[in-house]
Order: sequence, then structure tokens, then C-alpha cells
Amino acid sequence: MADTFEIEEGADAPEHDTGDDHHVVHESTGIDNRKLGMWVFLSSEFMFFGAFISNYLLYGNRDFDSVVPRDIYDIPFTSISSFVLLMSSLTMVLAHHALSTGDQNGTKTWLMATALLGSVFLGGQVFEFYEFITVKDMTLTSNPAASAFYMLTGFHGAHVAIGILMLLSLFGITRRQGGLSEKHGMNLELVGLYWHFVDIIWIVIFTIVYLLGAA
Amino acid sequence: MSKPLQKRRFPWSGRWNGAIGASALALILSSCSLIEIEDAPLSAVEPRGPFAEQIDNLFWPVFWVAVAIFVIVQGGILFSIIAFRDRPGRKEPKQVHGNTKLEITWTVIPALILAAIAVPTVSAVFDLTECGDDAMTVEIIGHQWWFEYDYPDLGIETANVMVMPADQEVCAVMTSDDVLHNFWVPALNGKRYLIPGQETTLRLQADEPGEYWGHCAEYCGLSHSLMRARVQALSPVDWDAWVSGQQAEATEPAEGTPAYEGLLLYQNLCVGCHTVDYGPDSEFTNIRTDDLYRGPNLTHFASRNVFAGAYLPYEGLSYDDALEQWLANAPEVKPGSFMPNLGLTQDDIDNLTAWLATLE
Amino acid sequence: MTTTASRPASTIFRRPRATEGFWSWITTTDHKKIGIMYGYAAFFFFIIGGLEALLLRLQLAGPNGDFLTAAEYNAMFTTHGVTMVFLFVMPASAAFFNYLLPLMIGARDVAFPRMNALSWWIFIFGGLFLYSVIFFGEVVPPVGIEDAQGVVVSGNIDESDQTLLGGLPDGGWFLYQPNAGPDYSPGAAIDFALIGLQILGVASLISAINFIVTVFNMRAEGMRLLRMPVFVWMTLVVAFLLLFSLPIIAVALFMATFDRAFGTLFFQAVGGGDPVLWQHLFWLFGHPEVYILILPAMGIVSEVLPTNSRKPLFGYAAVVFAGAAIGFLGFGVWAHHMFSSGITPVAQAAFGLATMTIAVPTGIKIFNWMGTMWGGRLKFNTAMLFSIGFVAMFVIGGLSGVTHSIVPSDWQQTDTYYIVGHFHYVLFGGAIFGLFSGIYYWFPKITGRLMNERLGKAHFWVQFIGFNLTFAPMHWLGLQGMVRRTWRYAPEAGLGPWNFAVTIGAFTIALGVAIFWVNWIYSKRKGEPSGLDPWDARTIEWTIPNPTPAYNFATPPVIHSLDDFWHQKYREDEEGRPVRREDADDLVERLDHEGRNPKSKIHLPAPSYFPFIMAMGLPLIGYGIIYHTSIVGKALLVIGPLITIGALIGWGIEPLEEPEDPDLHGDGPGGELVGAGAS
Repeated sequence: MADTFEIEEGADAPEHDTGDDHHVVHESTGIDNRKLGMWVFLSSEFMFFGAFISNYLLYGNRDFDSVVPRDIYDIPFTSISSFVLLMSSLTMVLAHHALSTGDQNGTKTWLMATALLGSVFLGGQVFEFYEFITVKDMTLTSNPAASAFYMLTGFHGAHVAIGILMLLSLFGITRRQGGLSEKHGMNLELVGLYWHFVDIIWIVIFTIVYLLGAA
Repeated sequence: MSKPLQKRRFPWSGRWNGAIGASALALILSSCSLIEIEDAPLSAVEPRGPFAEQIDNLFWPVFWVAVAIFVIVQGGILFSIIAFRDRPGRKEPKQVHGNTKLEITWTVIPALILAAIAVPTVSAVFDLTECGDDAMTVEIIGHQWWFEYDYPDLGIETANVMVMPADQEVCAVMTSDDVLHNFWVPALNGKRYLIPGQETTLRLQADEPGEYWGHCAEYCGLSHSLMRARVQALSPVDWDAWVSGQQAEATEPAEGTPAYEGLLLYQNLCVGCHTVDYGPDSEFTNIRTDDLYRGPNLTHFASRNVFAGAYLPYEGLSYDDALEQWLANAPEVKPGSFMPNLGLTQDDIDNLTAWLATLE
Repeated sequence: MTTTASRPASTIFRRPRATEGFWSWITTTDHKKIGIMYGYAAFFFFIIGGLEALLLRLQLAGPNGDFLTAAEYNAMFTTHGVTMVFLFVMPASAAFFNYLLPLMIGARDVAFPRMNALSWWIFIFGGLFLYSVIFFGEVVPPVGIEDAQGVVVSGNIDESDQTLLGGLPDGGWFLYQPNAGPDYSPGAAIDFALIGLQILGVASLISAINFIVTVFNMRAEGMRLLRMPVFVWMTLVVAFLLLFSLPIIAVALFMATFDRAFGTLFFQAVGGGDPVLWQHLFWLFGHPEVYILILPAMGIVSEVLPTNSRKPLFGYAAVVFAGAAIGFLGFGVWAHHMFSSGITPVAQAAFGLATMTIAVPTGIKIFNWMGTMWGGRLKFNTAMLFSIGFVAMFVIGGLSGVTHSIVPSDWQQTDTYYIVGHFHYVLFGGAIFGLFSGIYYWFPKITGRLMNERLGKAHFWVQFIGFNLTFAPMHWLGLQGMVRRTWRYAPEAGLGPWNFAVTIGAFTIALGVAIFWVNWIYSKRKGEPSGLDPWDARTIEWTIPNPTPAYNFATPPVIHSLDDFWHQKYREDEEGRPVRREDADDLVERLDHEGRNPKSKIHLPAPSYFPFIMAMGLPLIGYGIIYHTSIVGKALLVIGPLITIGALIGWGIEPLEEPEDPDLHGDGPGGELVGAGAS
């Protein structure tokens, strides 16, 4: 449950200070509290996925009586969905760039594109699971390798889903004119950090679990 | 609020606390020397074989080094408490912030001591792990909550009491049938896990014939504390006798005797889990080869002085009484036991007891 | 002002305003109130865990005891461990972190006040969730493995064993698999433990992030990293340990929960799973956890010893770096908990050596504490006694720890009472003595009063003697072959006399804790007023009035050196001895006055309902997972997340500030939007 909290919280920024008392809320490192908090959180997430990946490495190459993931990977299919997710990182960067140039409409468009690409990836994963379970007859409980595969990719998928929700919640902020530009666009930046992280983790998973793991 | 409060309020505190502290520490130290108590069959500091001895030889030097450090540190603390306590006329202390030389000293010296300890440690780890070439293999299988001992080369299958020749290395090849267990006979070696689906090994050797106590050391469920072990090391003569005794088949009791009634009860109630080998021609022979749950092999039950995971009997409860309690309601004696309360009458119990006594 | 001005003061979501009474505690975002709640909750669980320990000791007072049933005994040692580790020492440390960290770095609050409240509420709901198992648990025998024909032989329970306490989780605090798996621990008890720990982990992770950002970002002007009190440093190290170790146990707990609830096979040998993997994952978290428990106490002692020795901490930098080194090395020694598990000799040797290296930084700390006392002018108040007690007892725990790094020697000692003695010397003689030291030392900060010294000293001596009587003989019991987690021991084993002594010791400790309790209640109402600086202290949390005002610092402090407050009061003569400045008394008086009368309006984080509501969703999800096959469980799996997500949305859109309450500060026009350090 390391992923149950959202980035909307912790809105503390130096520019809040009203100047009506002598208390200067300064950030000793010069990095926004929320941004630092997100970095710290993501470093913890690395350990989270690291543990799941190690778990897969332990079981993924063992032999069992039932179907194991390495025998049934559809590498071309997953390559395409991986490429889609990779592209969503690009659109995220473009959204960020549009915001920094004051292009609100461009920001919205790119954000929507990011959420869409994320959804396509997620749809691909749902399809992959469906095919593995019904056609290839490999379920969560078939063997430890299958369990490890579903847990790892499933938890990653959950992270992507949360990321999509976060992207969509940004549209709530855009109701107000210039809403996304508040706090130097920190809301968007935080979602972006998280999104890139989820992408990077997928690259690792795709490489280690799929490409190197395939029989 | 010009002066710190406690100075005014407790001028006497330093002296008293020093004294009480000193006497308390003295008490602890002296209690360490009073620890010699009655005979403890599970003692880990009375080795009775070469492997336990090697561990013992490793432990005590380290222990005395630790004691030396203990004395230095506690002595330093006590000295500080007495010499530097706040008392009338004591000047404010110099504001020393540190001392690099000292820091280096108390970094390097412990590191050197540890390095010295490390060398024999590492070599002992490797020494004690690999079984010797001429060791006799005994397979130990952990069950909730008893140890099974199989002698593959001799065709013997027994439980609760592991018998081995004295002065001869035994290589225990161990696994578990259910959860993690841990086989530990302190007088012979340290402990080692029994892991379901995996194999671990442990070297055992007793210098002299005798009985050595053991215990499952890993928490393994409800009756973990009652999962115990006995090891009997025998002289060569006794060993040969034991082997031939165990290899023999059991003899059927004469019809009409209570023992025979007991055998019939066994045939009705116990064969689901237990095995007795009456030879290939007997209708009572029941050798289990499937994967079903198995209770101990009873063929030579009466040759063992303990049962129920080597928990029974114990001091204050005779063998016969213990066996009676066990047969009457096993789960009450050993919570969670796989042997159920069979609802036996006193007659049934007497008959079963008589029959079990025939299984020598 | 840009932010809050553009955020409309919503009419739907008003932020709560209560500053006193029940709702102020439910909705608070004040780190001090949160700290106090953590403290009381921790002490409550300390009592529970202590009572469990007393039951254990009654059972073990003599051979073949029958005070508890086996199921009850197993449940008691499991819940005793879980309670003391996760529900007492960790939240007690969190109480200190919360209350003191902002004060020690000169901040008005933590970086994320609402998240701070959230972590507290998640913690308490997690703890209550865990103990709610008492309403759901039952004693269940193990189930044997299904054979090819689907026949299962199951263990049997005598009716007399079916008791209330026996239904609590009974897998040991480490929940070793597969014993705590679906076959050998059927029933819901272990699920409560697994999911309860998962929830508690979320709480700790959130506060770890919060504290890290707070330490990095919220320091007062001039509070450089190497001017921070050692307690702050240890907090930081602990936060990093939590940050990197919690995700590992989260993964392990997920896997075990899935094994039990959804039939995965991670640790089930029957399906090809590896039970030893659980141990690796558990101890990869579990060993850093040991330092998570002990480092806060080391931080406390590093504050109390210098103040009461009237000397600066000897080797400040060495102590700080040793603490960091312990934290770092703590991740590389986990397998020393598994020396008897049949891991390869190479691994055993390597982890043995790694374990030895940890003794070096630990030794550095101890020698530096001795160096601090050396040549000082020692004031033996209760806080100091507990700190000295900490050093003396921790040394014993450390030395017995070194004997475990002698791998073959550990084969004899592991899973015996030798280990039980060892880690109680570290965690009770260490962590708990340190925590008590901190309570006596900082009690005035919370209440403005001193704790009674006479009762305090009685508490110390009773507890000190009881502690040693309890745990010193355990070493010997272990060497005499008494295994851990043993419900009964044989009369022939010769373990009776010392076990009886241990039981006497346990009740002596209980007496000590009772004295503390009386002292707390008495001193809170009738203790001597402490004034601003009762201990002639060194660090800046003592530059503000006692009890701490809601806003902490009326004027943000500017830090010029390590032990800043001391240097404001004292200069050094040519011999290097401190001389109290002529204006020191005036300074203390002035600080007290100014601290109570801020010159201008101070804006504090507004209270919020949402942390409480959001935390409430998690235990509901937990029940949902455990009873997911029933309709109620399925409903809870919908309701729980809805509550949490709903609270999250409310959290996101509630106004950062309510319109200023004109009565609150007595100045400024009502209705003005202000926002400082909100969230």
C-alpha cells in the first residue's frame, strides 16, 4: 500500500508567506517541499519495485509443472505497448514545456494525450493478462513464477492507473483560469515526476522480465 | 529562573546514586558467577562431541574478550559517576569537544579485535558445514510435532529417539514435511533448519556413549515447545544389537490376549497414519508409501523410552501414566496434535498399551 | 499570497476551527498535539504489551506450567513482540520526533502538517485494526497437505484450548512462512497481523517522508546540517531507514497476504515456493528496523548526557557519522538472523563479517558518550540516570551481539533465550531506557512542569534492578538450552530456578512502570513549575516557553553555532571552562517573556477533518480483503476505498485557510485571507 497517497497534499511553498510576521518560511535546500517530498517518496518506490523484481528474478527462471511466464511472452505486442508508455513520457514533457511558455491549451492537450497513452498501455496490459489467463492457461495461482509475474506487473499497472487519475485530477485545477500555473506549476511538475518514474520502472521491467527473461 | 533547578533541589543525589549504582552492578556481576546450577541436559556449553567442542572453543575466548570490554566500559562509567559527580566546590568542566586521536584509537582497536576474531570464525564455518566422507547418513524429517529418523543404508525407520554409534560421524540430511523446524542437540552441534522442499545437512558426533537431549528450535506452530529430540549414542556392540533389533519384524501377539485385542484396535483406528511391519506375509503389515500424513512408525515403539515428540514421559509422570493420557486424549496433551481424541474406553487403552509393549 | 488568493474559500468545505476540546484533537495538524497523541497511544500499547509479557512470565515461572494454553502462550508472545516493536517503541519514537524535531531545528511545524496528522491517524487505526482480531480470531489447528486424492488430515484442538486470547495471531512477530501461511495457520488471525502491519507501514512511510523533507527544508536560518542536535540527526537516519526498508516489508506482506487470501504460492513449498525467501525479505526490513528502534534513543541520550555533564557532546561529528554508518551497514547484515537456515557457508561468513563491522560504529558511540561524561560535572537527575543506564545496558546488549557474529557460536545461541536476553538488553535496556530518559528530560516542554524526582529515581532503580533480574539470567537460560517461544520446558532441563527469578524480575519492572505512571499523573497536575530552562540546557528547544506555545517560536531563531542556546548563556574563560554571561539571566527572562508575546500575528497550519477520514478507510479495506469472499467483505472493498478517495478529494479542494477568526489572535480584521505554511 505504499502507493495510496496522492500528490495533492502537502501544499506548502515559500511564496505563501504573507509577510505580516517575521517568520520567513524558507526552504533550506531551495527545493520546494512538495517536490522534495515526491523525490523522497519515489526513492522509496524504487525499493518497492526492486523487491518485486528480485522476487521475479528468483522464481522466473525456475521450472514448474505448469506454464511459466517466460514461455508465453508476446514480445512484439509488449514492445508496442512499452513504446506507447514511453511516448507518454514525451507528451508529459511537452505538457510541461507548454505550461512554461504559458500555452494553457497546449498544456491541456498534451496532458490529455499523456492520459490517453497511459490508458492504451493499461488496456494492453489488461489484454495481456486476459490472454495469459484464458488462452495460455497461466493464472495467478499456477506457480510461484506466474504469481511473481502478475504481482509485479499488476502493481506496476496499479501505479499507472493512479498516475492517470492524477493526470485527470489536474483538469480539475484547470477549471480556474491559470490554475495550473500556480506555485510555479508545481502540481503538474509533481504528476510529471511520478509519471516519468512509472515509465522508468516499466523500462526496467520490460528489459529484465520480458526481454532477458524470455525463453 | 536564574539557576538550574536540580542543583538546588537535590544536593545529595550524586553520592547516593553512585553508591546504589555501584552495588547494583556488583550484584549483576556476582550473579554471573552464581550461575552454576543443577544438571542441564540441554546445555550448550557442555560439549560432548568434536563439533560442539569446536564451537565451544570459539565462544569462550570471545566471551572473555567481551567480559574484558565490559569491565573497562562499566568501570569507566562507574569511575565517571563517582569522580565527576557534581559536588560542592567542583569547578565547571572544560568544554572539550572531542579528540581525534582518541576517536581513531577507539575505532581501530575494536576493528583489530574483531579482525582477530573473524579469522577462526570463517574457517570454523567452512569446517563445520561439509559432512565428512566416511560419515553415516541419517535422514531427519520434521513433522508437526516430532522428528522422524530414517537410516537409508540400514533400512531402518524410527522416530523421536535418534540412535547412533558413538565416536562416529553422522551426517544428518534433513528436510521437513510441513513447516520450518530446527534440529538442535546442543551437546553435539549447533542447530540447523529443516525446510520443506529443501535439504540441509548437519554434522553430528558424540565422543562417548550416552543420551543427549535435543529440541526443535524454530517456532513451528501450536505445540512447538513439545517437539523435542533424544539422541542415544551407543557403543559398537550395543549399536550392532540395536540395528539388528530394528531390522527385525514385529511379532504378532497370540490371539485372545489383551495385546491381540489392542492389535485389532490398531487395525481399525490407527492404520490411517501409523505403520507396523509384521513381515510380508502378515495381514497386519501396513507399510505406508503414499504422501498422506504419516505418524511415527510403531514397529519398534517399545524400544524407545520416549514418545509424543519425545515430550512424554517427563519427571513426575511415569511412562505408563503418560502413555495412558496420550491415548485417552492426545490433543489435550499436545495441542493441535494430528492424532485425534479417539474416544477410547479404559479397556481399549489397556489393550492398546499391552499391544504397544509387544513392539520391541 | 498568490496561491491562497486564487483559491476560493469554499463554502462546502470549511476548515475546522476548534483549538480546544475533542474536535481540536481529531482535526489538529499541530505537530505537538500529534506528538502527544502518539505518546499516549504508545504508552497505552506499552501497558498492553507489558501485561502480555507478565502472562508469558507466569506461564514460564516453573517447568510444565499450565497458566496459559499453548495457543494463548503463542498468541501472547506474538502480540507482545508486535505490540512492543510496532505499537510502542516506534510510535513512542514518533512522539519524540513529532514534538521535538520542529522545535530543535527552529521551525513552526513540519513540512506537511496534514500528512503528519494522516500518518498519526493511520497508525492508530492500524493498531486498533490489529487488535480488533480479538473479536474475530479463533484457535485453529494446522491443516495437513492435501494428497493426490484430495484427502486432508487436520490437527485437533481440545475444547479447553478454545479461548479468547488464544485467537490472537500466533505466528511469532516474524510470521515465518509457511507456518503463518494458509495451510498451517488457517483462520483470520494471521491476516489481521499481516494487514495491520501493512497499514502501520503506510503510517511510518508517510512520516518518514515528512521528517526527511522537514529536516532538509525547514531548518531555521543558520541551522546548518552539522549544527543540528544529534537527536535530529538520528531522526533523519531513522527516516531514511524507514524509507528504504518499509517498501521491502510491504512487498513481503503483500506476497504473504496474497498467499493466504488469493492462493498464490510464493512461500508454499508444496507449490514450489521458497519459505526462506520470506526470511530474506523480512530481515531485509527487520534488521534496519532494529536500528529504527534504537537510534532515536541514542539521539535522546546524546542530548541528555551533555546537558547534565555540563560539557558538549564528545566527538559530535563522530557520533553523527557513526549513527549514519550504523544505518547504512544495517542494510547489509540481515542474514545474520538466518545463520542456522542452511544458507551457504560463503554467505554465512560474509554476513558474519559484516555483522562484526557494525560493532565498530556502535563502539564509537559508546566511547564518545563516556568521553562526554569524563571530566564533566554530572547532575544525577532522573533523565541522566536513565541515560547512563542506557549506556551501561546497551553495552551488554552490544557485546552479546558480537558473540552472534561468531557464526558457529550463533548456531548454538540463535532461537534460544540467549537471543531473547540479548535483544531485550538492546531494546529495553537501550531503547526504552532512552525513551524514559527523554520523557523525564522533555516533560517540562509539554506541561511546563518538572516530573517528581523522588518518584523518578524510585522508578529508575526499581526498573533498573527489575530489568537486570529479568534479562540477565536469560542469557544463561539460553546457554542451558532453553529455546525461544517455548510454552513449556521439561522439569529435567534444570531451567526452573532462573526462570522463577526472571518472572520475579518481570513483575519488578511492572512495579517500576507503575511508579512512572503515578509520577506522570501527579507531576502533570502538581509538578513543580519548570520555568524556561530547567536543566541549563544547550539546544534551542529550551529558548521558548514551557509548555510550548502553539506557534513554537514567537520570533524565528537564527542559529550561530552548535549548542546555540548554551553559547548565548556562557562564554569560556582562558582555561576553556564555561562562565555564565552577566546577561544570561536577563536573556532567559526575556526569552520567556517574548516567547509568550509574539509581536505580530502568526499563522499556523489550519486543522482539517480529512486526515482522520482518509485514515479511516484503510482498516475497512483491510477487513474487506480478509473477508473478501463474503458479501460484507465485498461491500467493504468498495466502501473503504470510497472513503479514502473521497477524503483525498476533500483534502485537495478544501481551502488552505479559513477566514481568520477575529477572536483567535485578537487582532486583524476578520475575513482576511491568509496563508502561511498551510496544508
